[in-house]
Amino acid sequence: MTEEASMTRTGKRLPLWVMAASFAGLLAFLALIAWGMRLNQTGPIAIGQKAPGFSLTTFDGQTLKTEDYSGKVLVINFWASWCQPCEQEADALEQAWQAYKPGGQVVFLGVDYVDTEPQALAFMKKFGVSYPNGPDLRTAISQMFHTTGVPETYILDQQGKLAYVKKGPFESAGEITTVVDELVK
Amino acid sequence: MPRWHKTGEGLVVGNIGLCDRTDLPQQNTGGILAFTTLALVLILLVMVGIRVVAAQAPTPSDDDVNAVARELYCPVCENIPLDVCPTTACSQWRELIRQMLAQGKSKEQIKQYFVAQYGDRVLAEPPRSGLNWLVYGLPPVIFLGGVYLVYRGLRGASARRPKPASEPAGPPPADNADAYLAQVEEELRRRL
Repeated sequence: MTEEASMTRTGKRLPLWVMAASFAGLLAFLALIAWGMRLNQTGPIAIGQKAPGFSLTTFDGQTLKTEDYSGKVLVINFWASWCQPCEQEADALEQAWQAYKPGGQVVFLGVDYVDTEPQALAFMKKFGVSYPNGPDLRTAISQMFHTTGVPETYILDQQGKLAYVKKGPFESAGEITTVVDELVK
Repeated sequence: MPRWHKTGEGLVVGNIGLCDRTDLPQQNTGGILAFTTLALVLILLVMVGIRVVAAQAPTPSDDDVNAVARELYCPVCENIPLDVCPTTACSQWRELIRQMLAQGKSKEQIKQYFVAQYGDRVLAEPPRSGLNWLVYGLPPVIFLGGVYLVYRGLRGASARRPKPASEPAGPPPADNADAYLAQVEEELRRRL
């Protein structure tokens, strides 16, 4: 083989399939990054927007589904035993729950965010929390709601749309009932 | 017959009080029986005690706990390993690890529990499943692709370099050399 022929062979471009595969791989990688960014940039649920449904397995083993509470006002409280402000609002939430419990039009759900079960149960016992509570397994529920910390409370209306968000502790039971009463009317 | 009496100081075995002579043979038999029973009970208690002591594993040390905790991350304060995280929550999780170790759970079981409770983000290394494989698969693939491209580039460069002649070029023809030398000398002469 002549020198010229050798140079022509070694100097030629990559095979077409290699280029196509590389290009496809690059595109797939970029699409993946875009998808991840889109997920991360999805903001919190807006007021009036339909809240995502979820199921909660309570500490006593019941599985509760939000879809089973359609037609009722749903108060979803994210909390943790290690959270000091959660202690401040625990009484207020329990008082409000006791006020609405007989009517059956309002349901309270406690979602225990990244906590240990013994500590969570001790917290509930300390503050006499009696409404259903369960762990936020794999933080799936808090991710759905894009929570930014604890305590946070989301109040959904009878249609499952977000009616009110409280980031931080409620100061009193009255603060809760003021919001819920408007929805129950 | 042995009689068991509950006293303020616990169980006392045997006959209490004075006994008359007519009771003596019966009392001796009863005493032997009581002694045997007492010995058996004591042996039983010692055996149970040994088993209880054996069942109680020593409390895991901080080093044992941290050996697991350093492979986990705080679920709340991200990017901080659990073994060095100073928050109350992390302290609770380390205590949970201690309890689980004391129960005989392995490191993998504890990690699985944490993943089930708090998600994959608590792991120092992402689990080798689903899209996470990209993290492990892409770097070697990209590296190998890069090596291949460099190899091709070097091979192409070496091929494009002009090859030296098979025979070393000899000295220029004598006539040309003389002419060149003459030209150089002429130039030097002019400059000097």
